[in-house]
Amino acid sequence: MVQLLDSQRPVPVPRKPWRKAPSALIPDLLIFVASLAAAEAMIMLTGFKGKLAFVLLFVLFSTVGSMVLAFHRRGATAMSNAMASSFIYLSIALVALPLLSIIFTVVSRGRHALRLNTFTQDMAATQPDSPFNQGGALHAILGTIVLVLLATAISVPIGVLTGLYLTEIKGRAEGLIRFLVQAMSGVPSIVAGLFVYAVWIVGGHGGFSGFSGAVALSILMLPTVARTAEEVLRLIPNDLREAGVALGGTQWRTVAMVVLPAARSGLITATVLGIARVAGETAPLLLTIFGTTAKHFNPFVGPMSALPLYVFQLLNTGLDIAIARAWTGALVLLVLVSVLFTLARAFGGRAKA
Amino acid sequence: MSDSTNEKRNERDDVSTQPTERVTVSSLASVADRASRDPRDPRPAGADLEARGVHAWFGAHHALADINLSFSAGTVTALIGPSGCGKSTFLRTLNRMHEFIPSAAMAGEVLLDGVDIYNQGIDVTKIRLKIGMVFQKPNPFPSMTIGENVLSGLKLAQIKRSNKEGLMEECLVRAGLWNEVKDRLSAHGGSLSGGQQQRLCIARALAVQPEVLLMDEPCSSLDPGSTLRIEETIRQLSESVIVVIVTHNMQQAARVSDYTGFFLSEDGPGRLIEYAPTREIFSRPKDERTEAYVTGRFG
Amino acid sequence: MSDGPLLDEQVLPLRRVITTEPRFSDRVFRSVVAAGGLTSLAILGLITVFLAYRGFEVFKTFGLRFITSFTWDGGNPDAGVKPSLGIGAMLIGTIVISLVALVIALPIAVGSSLFLTYYAPGWLRKPLIILVDLMAAIPSVVYGLWGFFILMPHAVYWAKLLHKYLGWIPIFDVPLPIFERSPFIAGLVLAVMIIPIITAISREVFSQVPLDRIQAAYALGATRWSMIRAVVLPFGSSGIAGGAMLGLGRAMGETIAVYLVLNLAYKANFHILFSSGGSVASMIVNKFGEASSFELKGLMAAGLALFAMTLLVNFLANLIVRRTSRTGR
Repeated sequence: MVQLLDSQRPVPVPRKPWRKAPSALIPDLLIFVASLAAAEAMIMLTGFKGKLAFVLLFVLFSTVGSMVLAFHRRGATAMSNAMASSFIYLSIALVALPLLSIIFTVVSRGRHALRLNTFTQDMAATQPDSPFNQGGALHAILGTIVLVLLATAISVPIGVLTGLYLTEIKGRAEGLIRFLVQAMSGVPSIVAGLFVYAVWIVGGHGGFSGFSGAVALSILMLPTVARTAEEVLRLIPNDLREAGVALGGTQWRTVAMVVLPAARSGLITATVLGIARVAGETAPLLLTIFGTTAKHFNPFVGPMSALPLYVFQLLNTGLDIAIARAWTGALVLLVLVSVLFTLARAFGGRAKA
Repeated sequence: MSDSTNEKRNERDDVSTQPTERVTVSSLASVADRASRDPRDPRPAGADLEARGVHAWFGAHHALADINLSFSAGTVTALIGPSGCGKSTFLRTLNRMHEFIPSAAMAGEVLLDGVDIYNQGIDVTKIRLKIGMVFQKPNPFPSMTIGENVLSGLKLAQIKRSNKEGLMEECLVRAGLWNEVKDRLSAHGGSLSGGQQQRLCIARALAVQPEVLLMDEPCSSLDPGSTLRIEETIRQLSESVIVVIVTHNMQQAARVSDYTGFFLSEDGPGRLIEYAPTREIFSRPKDERTEAYVTGRFG
Repeated sequence: MSDGPLLDEQVLPLRRVITTEPRFSDRVFRSVVAAGGLTSLAILGLITVFLAYRGFEVFKTFGLRFITSFTWDGGNPDAGVKPSLGIGAMLIGTIVISLVALVIALPIAVGSSLFLTYYAPGWLRKPLIILVDLMAAIPSVVYGLWGFFILMPHAVYWAKLLHKYLGWIPIFDVPLPIFERSPFIAGLVLAVMIIPIITAISREVFSQVPLDRIQAAYALGATRWSMIRAVVLPFGSSGIAGGAMLGLGRAMGETIAVYLVLNLAYKANFHILFSSGGSVASMIVNKFGEASSFELKGLMAAGLALFAMTLLVNFLANLIVRRTSRTGR
């Protein structure tokens, strides 16, 4: 039997017959609606009250309903499959819900005190209970910027050097250093603050200052930068290094002129990820920069403020108006962190957050 | 045509030691002669699988066009052709694994015992119980023992069987692995050699008692000794399951199959160029492209 | 060349030893890089040394009682009342709220990562992954704000329900019906904070499951859940465990959110629905402002204890995660 090519027959339309036809989805829809109704009915009939009861009953009924349907259609395996699917959908709902709630709340509550002066004034001339068109978070925003810049200046060079050590110079300490970087990433933020406090401030090298806060933040930022830098440097193909060396370059020239430029965007990602990590830290700042109400530019002398600290201290006053400002500060902080996060992803492509 | 097993084995030994550089149509034909069944032999009644007008797409890329093939009980069908002409894709449309690729689409019908497996409302997991598959790279489940691997299909489908040990032994015997593992059924699935792992995968596929066994280049990652063991197994299996095997190795196709289909893609979707009893494809191919391929002029 | 049979007697030439004297500039480079690399060692070492140094006096005075005693009394040097410092209650508190957080977070995180990897429709997957990863970046002070003002009223209601129906279980019993700012609520907030971490790690692990194993399971007629149980979960179990430990470490070290949401009291409290508890981290923040110099040393010692705990947990986590990748399951 020989099949001849038949160029006269038209090519049929591609289909996806494995997709459920809309008609097959009707039973699922029915179960959904029926569970809603049943939950409502149960609430009216019995003593259960409230939204929680409704949600729980709905979940219960829809799970049981889909399990029964699956069993009827296809038997026992399909039934356990349906039960597992139900639980898995519930989990993702339980994750999405708080996230959406946080975003919604911060935006809706932060809106109230948000004015132009939030960005242009500080709190030096205002009382915590002054109206919203006075005072702002300028000192906190500036403080965050200064702290972040300083922390970046400290931790990025060290982090990149660490990454270089792990990829270029595979010294004997390689395993140890990788272990240490992992260990450092677990340092609680308060411990970093305590350390700086213990060394610097108690040791008499100066009172609270922005610089000490930056050092504390660098301790937290360094592991993130180092780990990402190592991953990025590792991705640079060896051919590039070999080409540099074959042209007669010394190791450091090859690194400086070939490897680092090639890894530039990845290293920027590492930096931005590190910044995103520390921009929102409060605890270490409590112990090191102490907080102020006025703009303060000199990081080496005197206490400073920063956004997370600003929010925290307003919250602690307990006054409603101050708390409204705190929500606004939280809104600014959240927007800042989201922007940094987006930048990191945009630069890094598939960089892990 | 009714050689004793011993003679057959000796002849296969000869085949494996012959120099393979100069493949001629006649040499393949003589292999096919010895290996394949006389089409006049009465076939055991049983299942049949038929592909009608099967097309396959990946997104906009038309990978397979208008494949019409049927496979009857008690036969081994080999699908040959150069790389990339859609043989594996076609195989995967037969057990509905093609649809796992998000951009996949198809047209046509695949009928198992007269029923289109792509019908709405068909339970696809039941289809895959009836149409089993063995993959190119052996993939036993490493978190299970050898015994558990064989029975894993039953566990996955929650099929209850009263005599599990008996079934396990039977499948391992049919796969040609029993003697080598009967003392270490509780060893881990990954502790076997490549050839043994592949036979374990065959035993695993057999445990759910399929009607069809699809094999996607099952020997391509194995050494020649394991390959021949598995080919023997395939011949024996064909008595109870329909076997469809995709292979790059023409001698293997000649040794193992009753029917052969030649696939080719010429700047377009893969098509079935010729389909005939194996000895005819290798001795008197009707299409010149088939002849060019089986004599090794390309591919 | 007719030396065939005498090959054994031929002497192979000695291998040459090739050495390169590194150039001066390279030596400088290597030292600088090595110094940079070893900074992490230096920093960790310094943290341990300084905290121990400052806290040494406290350790010496109280010895093991520092860990076990439940009293934190700054004493009154003027009145001659000696201070008595012990973080036992806080250590227990840290463990209690972290465990509550883990118990709540782990199933939800694993379920969510399974959803993201195997259940989510194509158009939903990427945006949802981005959102969940974003959750990990939200600052803890924002979690604290949200936890206190938004979650707490609901959580108090749930706590009351739990007490009403399951109050016969000891941990759900309360000595007094005060449900605000309890370890349960702190654990809830912490759970929301650590879910993204565990989810991200689990997702990583699941993405590495070998495709051919998954296909083998489907080819045998598995449903999606049987495939997950047979292939994905055994493969990913150590990775998930490692992720859980990392989440636990994060929960133990969390300061601000706990401070805002938990009512600090110096008693070990196992009744998680009752408004009393504390964690080492929140205690440090709480006491910091008004601590005498001696108490300050005690806080350093407490910080060291906390550091040791999180170090241990993270070490275990990395051990478990590395075991997965090595066996390549």
